[in-house]
Amino acid sequence: MAEGTPRPTTGIPMPPPDPRIMQRRESILDGLARLVPAENLISSEDECRAYETDAFTAYRAMPLAVVLPESTDEVAAVLRFLHRENVPVVPRGAGTSLAGGALPQADAVVVGLAKMSKVLELRFEDRIARVQAGITNLGISGAVAHERFFYAPDPSSQLACTIAGNIAMNSGGAHCLKYGVTTNNILGVRLVTMEGEILDIGGDTMDADGYDLLGIVIGSEGQFGIVTEAVVRILPMAEGARPMLVGFASPEAAGRCVATIIGSGIIPVAIEYMDKLAIEITEGFAHAGYPLDAAAMLIIEVEGSNAEIERLLGLIAATAREHGATTIKVSTSEAESAAIWKGRKSAFGATGRIADYICMDGTIPTGQLPMVLTRIGEITRAHGLRVANVFHAGDGNLHPLVLYNVNDADQREKAEACGFDILRLCVEAGGCLTGEHGVGIEKRDLMRTQFNQTDLDQQKALKLAFDPKWLLNPAKVFPLDMRPDRS
Amino acid sequence: MPEPVLHPADEAELAAIVADACAARRSVAVAGGGSKAGIGRPAETAAAIGTARLTGVTLYEPAEMVIGARAGTPLDELTALLDGKGQMLPFEPADWRALLGTESSRPTLGGLAAANLSGPRRITAGACRDSLIGVRFVNGKGEVIKSGGRVMKNVTGYDLTKLMAGSWGTLGILTELVFKVLPKPEASASLVWHGLDDDRAVALMSAGLGSPFEVSAAAHLPADPGGEARTVLRLENFRSSIAYRTEALARQLKRFGGCDVLDHQACRAFWRQVGEVAPLAGRDGAVWRLSVAPSKAAALGAELRRRGEVKLFYDWGGGLVWLLAPETAGMAEAIEAASRVQGGHALLVRAGADFRVSAFRFGPQEGPLAGLHARVKQTFDPAHILNTGRLGA
Repeated sequence: MAEGTPRPTTGIPMPPPDPRIMQRRESILDGLARLVPAENLISSEDECRAYETDAFTAYRAMPLAVVLPESTDEVAAVLRFLHRENVPVVPRGAGTSLAGGALPQADAVVVGLAKMSKVLELRFEDRIARVQAGITNLGISGAVAHERFFYAPDPSSQLACTIAGNIAMNSGGAHCLKYGVTTNNILGVRLVTMEGEILDIGGDTMDADGYDLLGIVIGSEGQFGIVTEAVVRILPMAEGARPMLVGFASPEAAGRCVATIIGSGIIPVAIEYMDKLAIEITEGFAHAGYPLDAAAMLIIEVEGSNAEIERLLGLIAATAREHGATTIKVSTSEAESAAIWKGRKSAFGATGRIADYICMDGTIPTGQLPMVLTRIGEITRAHGLRVANVFHAGDGNLHPLVLYNVNDADQREKAEACGFDILRLCVEAGGCLTGEHGVGIEKRDLMRTQFNQTDLDQQKALKLAFDPKWLLNPAKVFPLDMRPDRS
Repeated sequence: MPEPVLHPADEAELAAIVADACAARRSVAVAGGGSKAGIGRPAETAAAIGTARLTGVTLYEPAEMVIGARAGTPLDELTALLDGKGQMLPFEPADWRALLGTESSRPTLGGLAAANLSGPRRITAGACRDSLIGVRFVNGKGEVIKSGGRVMKNVTGYDLTKLMAGSWGTLGILTELVFKVLPKPEASASLVWHGLDDDRAVALMSAGLGSPFEVSAAAHLPADPGGEARTVLRLENFRSSIAYRTEALARQLKRFGGCDVLDHQACRAFWRQVGEVAPLAGRDGAVWRLSVAPSKAAALGAELRRRGEVKLFYDWGGGLVWLLAPETAGMAEAIEAASRVQGGHALLVRAGADFRVSAFRFGPQEGPLAGLHARVKQTFDPAHILNTGRLGA
């Protein structure tokens, strides 16, 4: 291995750094230093270390440098320069990607949006906010809460993650059953292409002119350009919202209950599922009153006036009883509601306190839930590991947390193999490899289980239409052997 | 001269026809039910591919809220099936047949998605593209491509499904579609205010849509000569909620004056007419569809009235302006300019063939964004054979 080459910590390969770029590091740094203020260019090893990984922490690589621009024009100048120099770019929001979407590489410059976090315009009469893309997801809701508005898609990382990252991954969250995911809640973006062109795609109208380029930019994992601004839809808050907890003696009973609720015409704003292990782990941390005797638990939230909430929760409770619910607990206060959600939102963090884990993100048709849960249990046992299941039951987006010990090389490999088996199972069941986290590096080499080569070639052609030199987040999404030869 | 229409029996045959056409650089049009054949410029093609034999529902799981069907499936068949289970397509597909004079045709799912047609509920439930979660299509090389699937959350690879919606058959020929569906609301009611001017009406609609009562549609019909303007907000929910929400919304919007209430039946009839663009149907002139931010809608309306003899109404809380205007080059320019000044854009929906050739415009015409459009088209249809000329390129 060449000097400076990061050693892969587990099985997912990264391409070796381009020596032609590594040799020119000093001149590239000089060039960047002319484009941004000194404090916004990070090149020392100590400071770069904060950027060597994202929330997919098993993989690390020291970037060539990190740039933190403060305006769209600075982003454009930086990209134009790096394009001319043929240097790869890794865009970064808050670095909360669970799929290695923001993982650097040694011959790439990280362009981070952390310093671009302003609200630029609020227009409540049009129900939109125009924001810089480095603002946090929760920051948008916070900026509009005084008028009783909010931004709907709510990934569990919403306190930290940026809207830029949400747009890159088209991420959702617990409340997407009713309000949709990122792509359903963005009207426009300002996109800087790798060539340094500034494009306004979409805007403040409900339909765009021409092809739906916004639709493909959202979810393109930072491979089409860097989004620096976004026009997001903001929605009026409901009069009130209240969750209930329902415990079941079996996962199957919980799954059937979800189907019956939806079949009856009720669309709760959220239906979250946790299995026994997830309940135990989370209850030990959040003390939310989760039923420790249950094999499976649902958190179901509905919205409306008090009377409407009472009625809907009553109907759901009746349905739950028909399906043999062992616990039914309706929140009676703001504090209880907050505790119930605190448990769910901290499920990943709480799990991290008892073990290392990898968080899978497959989606399945909800009718396949009992079969898939049974098979996940079998797969995990076959690898000699444990799994905690937490997921969005209304839309079938599973998050099996495969527990292992990161310091045990054998377990690390097993955990990764186990995760891949689970994702293959999701595809076989009619679902997909990722529901909200994205492909990143994690699922790159599984793409052929969901797509054939023709499908992938069409996607690759689109990538080249935006980024002809293949410089933006270049080692992500596509199997490595599909990368164009840059020699 | 009418084009010969080829009717492939299945997706594979369709792909083979397109592959041959690509090799020969022979352009083909795409024909669904023909309900929207008059939109855009006349295609400059040697033959058409019809989807009449690509029919049938391929997937329906009411409890998972998904339905899938082949592209040539008539929309009314799908709607009837959903109706039977108390479900619906969330975006309220709009029916433009009376407007376009294509009453005898049967709109298909492929045409619906290719045009990304959404009705009054679009403002809250999203557009057709927001409900479309998976497609299969044949690109201009004759390759079968799939994107998305049958699950609501899917971020595996690029979201080509969205790109296909609203691309009018110029990037690929849709062969199969999967939509997410919703339960039909048990009841509905509409609140009607009379005599408001456009400014006040848009302010009223914004206030209603900003309320917590889930207003699902908002339109303003300015006064006809001798008539009275109407501003209408719709509520849809469980029967027990409708009475409460009607009263609460009327109270919250009291500053705009008192209102009448349309019951479920009257409500359905009213919004069907809005979706069908009935106020502008059966009248001479060009029909345009203008997208604009709601807060700029009334100013746009006023500017258009200054430019000429026009009739217009507002849907989507003001975000969509339907306009009837004389078929003149000067008027077309004025409409384009006025919409652009307000940050919006205009799509010509109905006009005579000559006027469509001169006035129809789709997407940016110059600058980097136009270049990107062209490169995207190139990746799907490198020989430029799909619906050639229809969108002006």
